[in-house]
Amino acid sequence: MIHTNKLTKTFTVKKETVEAVKGVDLDVAPGELVAFLGPNGAGKSTTLRMLTTLLKPTSGSATVAGVDVGKDPAGVRARIGYIGQGNGGGHSYRVVDELIMQGRFHGLNTTDAKARAETLMASLDLADLAKRTVIKLSGGQRRRMDVALGLMHSPGLLFLDEPSTGMDPQNRANLWEHIMRMREEHGTTIVLTTHYMDEADSMSERVIVIDHGTIIADDTASKLKANLAGDLMAVEVAAGSASEVRGLLGRAAAEGDIQENAYDGVVRFQLRLAQGSRLAPGLLKDMHDAGAPAQSLELKPPTLDDVFLELTGRSLREGADV
Amino acid sequence: MIEQAVAPGVAFQRRGPRSVLTDTWFVFWREMLLPLRDPFSLIFSLIQPLVFLGLFGPLLGAAVGAPAFGGQSTLQWFLPGVVVMIALFGTSMTGSNLQYELMTGSYERILATPLSRSSLMIGRALKEWAPLVVQGLLISIVCIPFGFVFHPLHVLLGLVILGIFGIGLGALSYALALVSQNKEWIFWGVQQTLLFPLMILSGIMLPIEAGPGWMKVASLFNPLTYLVNAERELFSGNIGMDTLGGLVAAVVTAVVGLAVGIRTISRNTN
Repeated sequence: MIHTNKLTKTFTVKKETVEAVKGVDLDVAPGELVAFLGPNGAGKSTTLRMLTTLLKPTSGSATVAGVDVGKDPAGVRARIGYIGQGNGGGHSYRVVDELIMQGRFHGLNTTDAKARAETLMASLDLADLAKRTVIKLSGGQRRRMDVALGLMHSPGLLFLDEPSTGMDPQNRANLWEHIMRMREEHGTTIVLTTHYMDEADSMSERVIVIDHGTIIADDTASKLKANLAGDLMAVEVAAGSASEVRGLLGRAAAEGDIQENAYDGVVRFQLRLAQGSRLAPGLLKDMHDAGAPAQSLELKPPTLDDVFLELTGRSLREGADV
Repeated sequence: MIEQAVAPGVAFQRRGPRSVLTDTWFVFWREMLLPLRDPFSLIFSLIQPLVFLGLFGPLLGAAVGAPAFGGQSTLQWFLPGVVVMIALFGTSMTGSNLQYELMTGSYERILATPLSRSSLMIGRALKEWAPLVVQGLLISIVCIPFGFVFHPLHVLLGLVILGIFGIGLGALSYALALVSQNKEWIFWGVQQTLLFPLMILSGIMLPIEAGPGWMKVASLFNPLTYLVNAERELFSGNIGMDTLGGLVAAVVTAVVGLAVGIRTISRNTN
């Protein structure tokens, strides 16, 4: 569905050249659900905008839905749906008018455009708002309208740029429900960008981590977490048995730091352990056998943020230092 | 399931032949939905030209005196200028609507459709012109009881020439909005800075013949001058060299405007 070869985009800002996307090679198969994950300014949106022909690549090539973005941009646009970061509906327009015009822009005749608009408004809970002007819609309603606009021509490939940014949890869940249902019904290929790691984690089958314009990881969320970030384990033991436990933990964790805090006669060890949840029972037994039983044990499965931290040394969380 | 996903969208298979003309029609039609859904806005926008006709017109006649108008009544001389003014204000502000759409994301949504780039611009510029035909005819009819002699066919031809000019000016305004993206003040700064000198130097408000020599020379380099002269000739029921001059000025403006506009729009998008 998508194939790129060394896709690159550089911008010139105040005589300084900024490499927003540095030679991205990417393949997406039909029916995949792929999320680009990365901090703001990582190059996610720039990549998406090149794939949707909204930006000309500086170098490299891309084939989208079987069409070369450089040779036949209008052909690409006819085959894809694009839901951008902003709201697609013109403020002073009525919802149904904008949907029908979007269908006409894509070559549907008036009858088909009207029918399609009715169907989409019904399935996206917009039917009662057909004659309302866009400016009077709530944020969630506008976003659902954006989805309807992107689906008017039933594209086989849908791009979503930060689809749920700024939405409350209920509206986010609602939006995802619609997107997932549509995917189930039509087998649509979906490519989205997000900086919500939980969203990338729970919704997509494949996560592509982008940082500084380069793909730094590309796998399923569970594999990324298992391979790159292990579980976070904390064990508390009596101060007297700290040295035995230190040795045991050192053998279990081949690499990585083991943090140690002592307080009130208790020593708390903290470490990252690949497949920690499987090793924990054995570890507890070994500690018991060595006469140094654990007083408590905590295990926390990794998040994609831990993956990002492991890959870049930085956190993905908003407001984190870059 | 995978086979299903490979198949392009239903619409793509069904879509008919595309051309700049049909694309332009779609863009024009979307823009027209606004005045059609809210026709009062069209009537409301007639207030400003009526103020000029009603309050500035009589002053003009009293201050300059009839001989300056080539023997015509003040109204007959001033009305065509006011119609050009409506066109000038309307089309030069096309870009400001676009700036709004650039901010909200609806322009980007439309950019991601297969519409041809030039149709985005021509369709918008034409939208400023269509209400102008209605306004031009309405305002002419309103002026009949006050002594305006109405030549409908001449006036229509005059509005067509204005339409051609409007496409060019609309395209330039569109390009200006794209260039000054996220900097609204640049758009308004440039638009206002150019609008008023061009308007005054074209003799819309006062006959340029009454001004000093350098102004007369400057007016010769102003395409608007030829347009105003053409409209004056047509509104008084004649077709001659002034009409031809106006048509040429309109066509040149349209060609230059579209060339600049299409270059701007396709510089960054594919």
